[in-house]
Amino acid sequence: MELTLVQAVNDALREEMKRDQRVVVLGEDVGKYGGVFKATDGLQAVFGNERVIDTPLNEQAIVGASIGMSLKGLVPVAEIQFIDFIHPAFDQIVSELSKMRYRSGGQYAPHVVIRAPFGAGTKGGPYHSQSSESYFVHTAGLKVVIPSSPAECKGLLTSSIRDTDPVIFMESKRLYRSVREEVPEGEYLVPLGKARNARPGKDVTILTYGSMVQVSMKAAEVMCEEDVDVEVIDIRTLMPLDIETVVASAKKTGRIVIVHEAPKTMGFGAEISALLSEKAFDYLKAPIIRVTGYDTPVPFSLEDQYSPSPERVIAAIRNTMAY
Amino acid sequence: MNAGSLSLTPSKPRPAVSSPLTGKQLLRLYYLMIVSRIADERALIAHKQGRIGFYVPAVGEEAAEVGSVFALSPEDWIFPDYRGSGIALAREMPLKIFFDQVLGNIEDVLKGHSMPSHWGDSSLNIVAPSSPICTHLSHAVGVAWAAMMKREKMVTISYFGDGGTSSGEFHGAVNLAGVFKIPTIFFCRNNQYAISVPVDRQTAVTNLAEKASAYGITGVRVDGNDVLAVYLATKEARQRALRGDGPTFIEAVTYRLGPHTTIDDPMKYRGKTEEESAWKRDPILRFSEYLTTLGLWDMEKDQVLRNKIKEDVNLAITNAKEVPKPEIDSLFEDVYSTSPWHLDEQRMEARRFVASKRQIQ
Repeated sequence: MELTLVQAVNDALREEMKRDQRVVVLGEDVGKYGGVFKATDGLQAVFGNERVIDTPLNEQAIVGASIGMSLKGLVPVAEIQFIDFIHPAFDQIVSELSKMRYRSGGQYAPHVVIRAPFGAGTKGGPYHSQSSESYFVHTAGLKVVIPSSPAECKGLLTSSIRDTDPVIFMESKRLYRSVREEVPEGEYLVPLGKARNARPGKDVTILTYGSMVQVSMKAAEVMCEEDVDVEVIDIRTLMPLDIETVVASAKKTGRIVIVHEAPKTMGFGAEISALLSEKAFDYLKAPIIRVTGYDTPVPFSLEDQYSPSPERVIAAIRNTMAY
Repeated sequence: MNAGSLSLTPSKPRPAVSSPLTGKQLLRLYYLMIVSRIADERALIAHKQGRIGFYVPAVGEEAAEVGSVFALSPEDWIFPDYRGSGIALAREMPLKIFFDQVLGNIEDVLKGHSMPSHWGDSSLNIVAPSSPICTHLSHAVGVAWAAMMKREKMVTISYFGDGGTSSGEFHGAVNLAGVFKIPTIFFCRNNQYAISVPVDRQTAVTNLAEKASAYGITGVRVDGNDVLAVYLATKEARQRALRGDGPTFIEAVTYRLGPHTTIDDPMKYRGKTEEESAWKRDPILRFSEYLTTLGLWDMEKDQVLRNKIKEDVNLAITNAKEVPKPEIDSLFEDVYSTSPWHLDEQRMEARRFVASKRQIQ
């Protein structure tokens, strides 16, 4: 069936709640209202208000209670309304969720998924459009997953719910309703830790994730006209990273463009760039280029200029080809 | 609002309530308080001798810790903070496990991953704490919530200090527990100080238990130096939770007789006179006097017991010190359920440096 990305989230939650009694959903407005983006629409009617829980407005308590529930055998999927509002729960995520398995010598291991919409492109400004993935990738003990399409979203969210490590699952708001594609019905899994070759090519590799896959694909198509064959790798799982796929592609093309919406400095692209200089230096034909959001808060009026566009990606591809 | 139902009676030489326990139980309580006290005292000495790197004593808070744990059932989950020697020992944590944790040796159940005095053991339902303040309160709420959903008869209890009630985490967790009538107990040891800052700089209320009313839950203020009053208040709170009447906030009024940790010097912020007067309210002294008036205890028995425990504790410290540190691989264990490639790489690198044994002088 054809679904949007937000419907795919709903489908994955519904399937997993049906399959596994331990799965509960909690967050602000997720129950009766079905979530501010309707990701949990209708779930409370099916699974009841004990398993689909409208919580008070307090992110740290939402994440903290999820951790506790998981210690007692439930599998909570918490929704944070926007990634911008996950920061009150930063201590819970960075000090507790990520470190509890470690500090307890493996005795207490929280099995929790935190879902949150992120990214620019919907006119959210400084507090509804951020891309906060680097904070979480930088924290040992967390997995970070970002899907690029509805089918990918269903498969990756299902795997995230079944994974026993804590997962920060970030959903691009820009993709919530803009894309519709065929999504497999019933059980559908996409493994964590495996990147996807979204468009094989031989001249340049674009390494990207989330809504930037679509932007990169557009750029790749335009580059066909210039006889440049672009490969697009959809990273899918930022932590743990599928280093084999990334390095193999880098060795094949020797030219790398990294695209993400998050700010440039100390962003995820910086880490990939460093890894490739460690693991594929001899194969590189040109400096690695990053196309990213700027090192500013996300502006309201000029949000479209803030995010990488196909034009900016194309310019980067031309630069690396000309080097 | 039940605040004040068990009021502070600092000047009274004996507990404010008649004993709810048998003579055997009373002596057990006393034993646990003494073990906690001596473990702390010996650990502080061992720290001064350089045998222990860091420690958080709970001297003065034995009645609050031991009395509350004694009111629980083994299936109840405990979420201590880092000041929990009395909590761990009252849960019958063996001295070996206790001091292996302090030394972080290879036999430590936490694998040497956590700082000293952060005791936890899943076989005792003590959840290993972190160091941030009050982050564990919502975990206690979550565990009790899940138990409630599974119709399991159990409660959870979380421990924190007066300073903790100023944190956002406290507010978030207590509020949530109130809304959903979660069977949990929030146990505040008001020991008068958050490191150096006195309780009157934490809040403008003089009675912390009043905070409970803002969350629509029961608040109880109890003399935290009265082990039996603490026991009763906790037992009541447990029954309240199991009846479905929701969480309880207990304020146990006590005094931190020792430093915040081994790197603290209380003389910088409070006078000797204040401490001396607090020592007169020592919960252990008070309980031993009570046991003596009941004819259950005397000076001679006391000396024999203390000597025996000192020996046990010294032996546990010495033994724990002799157990080797964890192997290098354990540095990389328990980050994830399975080790990802980058940790495999880093483990190999660390192993090479350990193997080479070369050190720049």
